[in-house]
Amino acid sequence: MTSFPAAASYELRDPQLRHNLRKATHTIRDKRARVIAELDDWEQLREAGLRIKSRALRHLDVHLEALERAVTGAGGVVHWAPDASAASRLVTDLVKATGATDVIKVKAMVTEEIGLDAALAASGLRAHETDLAELIIQLAGDRSSHILVPAIHLNRSEIRALFRDRLPGTEELSDDPAALAEAARRYLREKFLTARVAVSGANFAIAETGTVCVVESEGNGRMCTTLPQTLITVMGIEKVLPHFKDLEVMLQLLPRSSTAERMNPYTSLWTGITPGDGPQEFHLVLVDAGRSETLADQVGRQALHCIRCSACLNVCPVYERTGGHAYQSVYPGPIGAILTPQLARLKDGASLPWASSLCGACYEVCPVKIDIPTVLVHLRGRVVRETRGYPGRSERAAMRALTAVLGDRRRYELAQRAARLGAWPLSRDGRIECRLPGPLAGWTLVRDLPLPSETFREWWRAHRRAEP
Amino acid sequence: MRVALFITCLNDTLFPDAGMATVELLEQLGHQVEFPEEQTCCGQMHANSGYEREALPLLARFVRAFSSDRIEAVVAPSGSCVAMVRHHYPRLAAEAGDRDLAHALARLAPRVFELSEFLVGELGVEDLGAYYPHRVAYHPSCHALRMLRVGDAPLRLLRRVRGIDLVELPDASTCCGFGGTFAVKNADTSAAMLADKIRSILDTGAEVCAALDSSCLLQIGGGLDRQRAGVRTVHVAEILAAREA
Repeated sequence: MTSFPAAASYELRDPQLRHNLRKATHTIRDKRARVIAELDDWEQLREAGLRIKSRALRHLDVHLEALERAVTGAGGVVHWAPDASAASRLVTDLVKATGATDVIKVKAMVTEEIGLDAALAASGLRAHETDLAELIIQLAGDRSSHILVPAIHLNRSEIRALFRDRLPGTEELSDDPAALAEAARRYLREKFLTARVAVSGANFAIAETGTVCVVESEGNGRMCTTLPQTLITVMGIEKVLPHFKDLEVMLQLLPRSSTAERMNPYTSLWTGITPGDGPQEFHLVLVDAGRSETLADQVGRQALHCIRCSACLNVCPVYERTGGHAYQSVYPGPIGAILTPQLARLKDGASLPWASSLCGACYEVCPVKIDIPTVLVHLRGRVVRETRGYPGRSERAAMRALTAVLGDRRRYELAQRAARLGAWPLSRDGRIECRLPGPLAGWTLVRDLPLPSETFREWWRAHRRAEP
Repeated sequence: MRVALFITCLNDTLFPDAGMATVELLEQLGHQVEFPEEQTCCGQMHANSGYEREALPLLARFVRAFSSDRIEAVVAPSGSCVAMVRHHYPRLAAEAGDRDLAHALARLAPRVFELSEFLVGELGVEDLGAYYPHRVAYHPSCHALRMLRVGDAPLRLLRRVRGIDLVELPDASTCCGFGGTFAVKNADTSAAMLADKIRSILDTGAEVCAALDSSCLLQIGGGLDRQRAGVRTVHVAEILAAREA
């Protein structure tokens, strides 16, 4: 995996991407602010969301076993997957057992996390994404760049070109959004009517009742969860909620934070199977894949509160410039920067905790109050202490040396003088305008540096300090 | 009141004018200003970059420098360094298991203030008799805004300045892209954020961009200077200390 700074440098060079991202994030950001302002109890809702999620995680084992009992009692089958490869193998075997060769999929980022599509393909099975944006990504052979709007990095003329190339009968297609949606609709309708197996994700699963909940805008999710004979739902274990009534809070927090809607168009809830109605076979695959270990980190565990609304992406000044691909992670943006390295046990995404200026805009909007800046700083510390590689050895040595200088007044004052003397030949009119080497190279690439003629403490001694 | 100036290493070394202005303002209001010369750096860069252990000696040093009983308040012309002391110090001391340090901090940290919150919130003054006949765009620093929650304190101070033409900065609360080591570790992303901030500032037609934090001004000013944009950066303290000649 390339480091974030290097991947970001590449993405930042694309002016079309910068334009698309700026437009999209600002639109959704402003819309969100408007619908949040309508509620005078928004802060209490956030607090309630935080408490529900932290309570659910505190007794995760109990709730998961309750969920298993409830789902089993309602005619479903529950499977436990400790890691990504076990999960994708499990789902592949379930699909193979039905004899189907094609699978329709909806709203399941976790299947991207477990590499399901590749596992299915290796067994000669074809997966078809049915969420419009996911379909676009799949047709383009691209990667998702946003949690909620995976194709945010593409604009409509780019999508038209893609559809014309990949969908039959679209030679005359315009770039009118309605026409683009209609072309996708025709293509997908045929998939829905012929599919025998669907794979879905889950926004929430209720331990008390065994009910699974999927929240979406297009209705394609409901097609997937109702039309095929077999439904396989894959979810991370952190998605469980103790009680049905917890949805009252979550279903207010999620749509306003994600699509900036008061209520999302489709909320599907199902409990096991209903004879003669909908899928007659239901499997629930519970995926751990690093979540239990994340839960063991007292500061980092709050990343598991995430309900995948993507509000943090839309307000993040880093995400707005680099886009999601720079994070090279299923989960991009600020939440990805704290979730990815933890799920990967710091073996992947070690540079992601530094992909933030710590401005705090993400924390301000998070509907379940994940203190992302604090977790970022905490993870930086863990990466420095527990791993090697990133940051490099020279940085580690320099930071230690700097403590020795800053930790002693005499050395600090000497360093101030030495820096000024050293920089003097490079300066002009109290400024350094040339490019400096070493760690300051990045700074002087686009910025000057001031060089005053005296330090504050020199002024103080000359003008204020009483004579000893 | 006996006030100790927490200059911050950045102001001390690169922006002495912000410190001088702070001293003048506090003295004009009749307060006795001290400058504990043992202070160096609060350790924010270390703590925020993953070097919490290396930050600890700096934390202990800060507490030693400012813990005199004579000092009634500690004031800094910086939001992010104050946020470091008030928000991160207690957590770091607790994580390090240093009870004495945690105890000393419980007394000291609540007495540490950013300049604008000290003036408006603690002293209850807004009009400092300043005169500054320039078109000014105010950039709210992230840590003062979101961690210290200074709210409109700096704007209330600036609105009372005579002669000032205070203009609205578009997307004002968007980060300038400094972020400490972020600016060098993620130099390209930081530069992209800076480019957009500069565009917003230039769109206002301001001659001056003002902020509570010299770190933001280092970033924004560095970019404006490099582009020869004809806009200068000034710390809010300097505007508040400016007088009609």
